[in-house]
Amino acid sequence: MSSLGTGYDLSASQFSPDGRVFQVEYAIKAVENSSTAIGLRCKDGVVFGVEKLVQSKLHQSSANRRIFHIDRHIGMVVSGLLPDARKVLDFARGEAQAYRRKFDDGIPLKLLAERVALTMHGYTLYSHVRPFGCSVILSAYSEHTGPEMYMVDPSGVSWGYHGCAMGKAKQQAKTELEKVKLSSITCEQLVKEVAKIIYVVHDEVKDRDFLLELSWVCAASSGRHELVPQKVY
Amino acid sequence: MEAFPEWTTKAHALGTSIMAVQFDGGVVLGADSRTSTGSYVANRVTDKIAEVSSHVYCCRSGSAADTQAITGVVKYELEMLELELGAKAEVTQAAHMFRKLCFDYREQMSAGIIVAGWDKRNGGQVYCIPLGGMLVKQPFSIGGSGSTYIYGYCDSAFKEGMTRDACEQFVVNALSLAMSRDGSSGGVIRLVTIDKDGVARRTLTGKEIPTFYEG
Repeated sequence: MSSLGTGYDLSASQFSPDGRVFQVEYAIKAVENSSTAIGLRCKDGVVFGVEKLVQSKLHQSSANRRIFHIDRHIGMVVSGLLPDARKVLDFARGEAQAYRRKFDDGIPLKLLAERVALTMHGYTLYSHVRPFGCSVILSAYSEHTGPEMYMVDPSGVSWGYHGCAMGKAKQQAKTELEKVKLSSITCEQLVKEVAKIIYVVHDEVKDRDFLLELSWVCAASSGRHELVPQKVY
Repeated sequence: MEAFPEWTTKAHALGTSIMAVQFDGGVVLGADSRTSTGSYVANRVTDKIAEVSSHVYCCRSGSAADTQAITGVVKYELEMLELELGAKAEVTQAAHMFRKLCFDYREQMSAGIIVAGWDKRNGGQVYCIPLGGMLVKQPFSIGGSGSTYIYGYCDSAFKEGMTRDACEQFVVNALSLAMSRDGSSGGVIRLVTIDKDGVARRTLTGKEIPTFYEG
């Protein structure tokens, strides 16, 4: 590990002389240490795929989720420190429900992504807290807005994407997903592409076993975010 | 004999006739223009149709002060929401904001509001929020003290699928009948028509207001 940040990396409330906040950069490194997750948006929906590394044969395979639901129409996949991700998830669910309480309708994804980003950014301003060590990708589909996908990273930046990747094989995954013709593909076909990419980027040598977790939110699922049904497999 | 006439101390009330009708592609809102303080007409050219956002308006009835305050808050909240969303607000979002205020403060408020407008997602919509803070979506809605005299007329004259012009005529006729029977309603008829292209305001005065059987 480089010691570039020495002296200027003790808290998020410090800038380095060359204008960087090292705590945030270290948080981003934490995300890069976790296993790969990707999201791809096609014309009628969004598909998530996660490479879940099996830490131990004793783990119950279905219990350790990386993909979560926020309200009925929004999905979230996380990478990085999972307990940190849990906090972000709880916040997002709270915002979604508060919106539903007030407006009797699902929260628009753009609004939720901005609020999640605002919160995550808030933790990068002070010395008495640390930034979240996780990145999240949010997805939604509705007939009115079409498919949407946003990724929020530990610095609190939120961008909309057609395709994005996070985790250890992120660079390789990005190369693979650029090859997919997103404008002409349907969600059913996209599921296969996403699964293929996860298998391709998985490092057989360093990490042995893994489980594939897939989810989609699309026209076929009527705008509900759900784990891909067995029949599509 | 009282020391002062009641109109010097009574709060302004919008004894009113208001209504809104939905058509394919937009809505028509209508209102009378009388604000009374007891039996004194404090304002005979009131504008009871308030802008809440570029494509959402509301008709106010009940306490003038209460409805102005509520409308002010919703207008502000909606503008903040539009900035956050980067898109125009939806009519249902405005209606729910009104509902929240009218319900949460129901004991202190006396406000009957009709919210109507147009948005890309659901087209023209009319939402009625009577005293107490219930929210109900309707094809057309009437409110205010004058509305009690025109329920029969509206139920018989309303047809599904009316054109924009037919809706405007329906509103004008109904309000004219209400204004002629209700002492707390009168003055001019204000009309606001909203569709995807924007808002058109009209005022009918004097001879332009149709007359029916005047007894």
